[in-house]
Amino acid sequence: MLNRRSLMASAVALAVASSAGIASAQETTIPLISKGFQHQFWQAVRTGAEQAGEEFGVRIDFVGPDNESQVDRQIDMLAAALANNPPAIGFAALDSQAAIPLLRQAQDAGIHVVAFDSGVDSDIPVTTATTNNVAAAALAADKMAELLGGTGKVAVVAHDQVSATGVDRRDGFVNRLAEAHPDIEVVTIQYGGGDHLQSTEITKAILTANPDLGGMFGTNEGSAIGIVNGVRESGTDGLIVIGYDSGAAQQDAIRDGLMAGAITQNPVGIGYETVRAALAAMNGEELDEIIDTGFFWYDASNIDEEHIQAVLYD
Amino acid sequence: MTEIPTPRTASSPERVNFFATATAQRMLAFASLIIMLIMFSVLSPNFMQTNNMIAILQAASINGVLAIAVTLIIITGGIDLSVGTMMTFCAVICAIVLTNLGMPLWTGVVAAILTGAVAGFISGTFVARMMIPPFIATLGMMMILRGLSLISTGARPIYFNNTPGFDQIARGSLVGKVFPALPLPNGVLILFAVALAVSFILNRTVLGRYTYALGSNEEAMRLSGVNTAAWKTAIYTLAGGIVGIAGLLIASRLNSAQPALGMGYELEAIAAVVIGGTSLSGGRGTILGSLIGALIIAVLANGLRVLSVAQEWQIVAMGLIIIAAVYADQLRRQKTG
Repeated sequence: MLNRRSLMASAVALAVASSAGIASAQETTIPLISKGFQHQFWQAVRTGAEQAGEEFGVRIDFVGPDNESQVDRQIDMLAAALANNPPAIGFAALDSQAAIPLLRQAQDAGIHVVAFDSGVDSDIPVTTATTNNVAAAALAADKMAELLGGTGKVAVVAHDQVSATGVDRRDGFVNRLAEAHPDIEVVTIQYGGGDHLQSTEITKAILTANPDLGGMFGTNEGSAIGIVNGVRESGTDGLIVIGYDSGAAQQDAIRDGLMAGAITQNPVGIGYETVRAALAAMNGEELDEIIDTGFFWYDASNIDEEHIQAVLYD
Repeated sequence: MTEIPTPRTASSPERVNFFATATAQRMLAFASLIIMLIMFSVLSPNFMQTNNMIAILQAASINGVLAIAVTLIIITGGIDLSVGTMMTFCAVICAIVLTNLGMPLWTGVVAAILTGAVAGFISGTFVARMMIPPFIATLGMMMILRGLSLISTGARPIYFNNTPGFDQIARGSLVGKVFPALPLPNGVLILFAVALAVSFILNRTVLGRYTYALGSNEEAMRLSGVNTAAWKTAIYTLAGGIVGIAGLLIASRLNSAQPALGMGYELEAIAAVVIGGTSLSGGRGTILGSLIGALIIAVLANGLRVLSVAQEWQIVAMGLIIIAAVYADQLRRQKTG
């Protein structure tokens, strides 16, 4: 018995020992509970958070569930993070409703909550570090106008008409065109759920109905790839395609010249600003409700530059 | 697996009372659990706190109920890969009944459990009547149910905002009302209640006896005139009903049915069962063992997080524990023959 018991014990000891060395230092630790872990986007957020951690002398503990469906696992992670009673936490809610009881517990314990990536439907977070999707889509509109020479017809393939990101990106693009580029007409806005195949079919239908179309804008990775596929399958030439987000297929499309360019969010900036906001909240500073973490336009001319490569994710 | 599975009888030492002396493997698992609790307590003062212990129990509750369902199937010599997405599908049907149709709360509870039982019955029919190997049958069910969950919700979560009190099923605390210092969530009570009930079924009823017999020597059972297909289907149906309870728990805990959730949960449930000493070759296993297995997984996950171990290492540690648990079990069985 002793033999086998010690076997189990040593397995635990091994696991714990590998950690003890890291965790023993008496420095401030700020946990960041992300929406995912393996995805390149979240690893880029982690990189940014750790940059800030190094700069300001705090330790960052970055965790997240295996994928963005595991709402309950994220809640368990939040509970474990709160057990340590950290001075502040960063939290990117998969489902803000499910997390509210624990966030309230955090608030009662005096833990500052910084939301990142997407907001939490409550007044508990001291601030939210996220991409300004309206401004980012407006930049896409400006680029579209520039590439079209200020006149022509465009269509939008959006990923969602309900979620905040879907609405903000659509309106940011369309409103900017209406305000600053009145000679460009938006002929249609259609929704493909961010699904590659559905967005492809939508694109082909739009191209058939509007042979004189000058450009198309896809509001997320799936929509943008759908447009590229639709254009390729229908053999359309000379269409200006602008995408959103990153991803290997989108980067390839830009290198191949099928896509004129795309807007990328700045996940490194999201991580960095989350940690900076957490420290500011700990020092009692007043924070704005939203921290804009920035975005970039990338195309064939700058895709290989270092500052762009750092924020692209597969 | 080097040992030859020996048929077990009603007097088998595996089939003891829930609270009676545990067998060696369960003692081993229990000892590991205690050692882990002590180690984490020593390494971090924040670990052994009431709130954190409750968080661990809550994390173990859904996996624990799933593990109980899988234990039944594994004792019959089968495997169930569909419990994760079946749980989600039960939660989705519950949400459709309560939120979309606006029916009263109890109908949602019944709908969730019934949905699980029907899904389990279908799996059981695939396995027992159509002779599809359990691995394949439940792999197919895993995909079918995942697809149906996404279809019936339009791939969007459904919230229970119109059903006040629904979140109390798992999140509320009856214990906390009596002892305010110990706000043990109802979900944990439900886990223990399910464990007791299923232990009773396994140890004290014909269905339980046949569950072990199916895993030990199905052929002998069939030759002695028992309708094995019917009993096996009944066990899958029971397991499905238990998965329905897990669906209820996760829906209540999240106050929503999340249709994309569920993939991978079956493997964690199987891990809990294996750590608890249930043999994948069938014929032996206990509910108490699986309960301890689920607790070990939850304690390990929580403890390593409280110690701020990098997440990559947490995954490695979990793998090591599973291997160590099964190896220890092998050593014991080689010695005792």
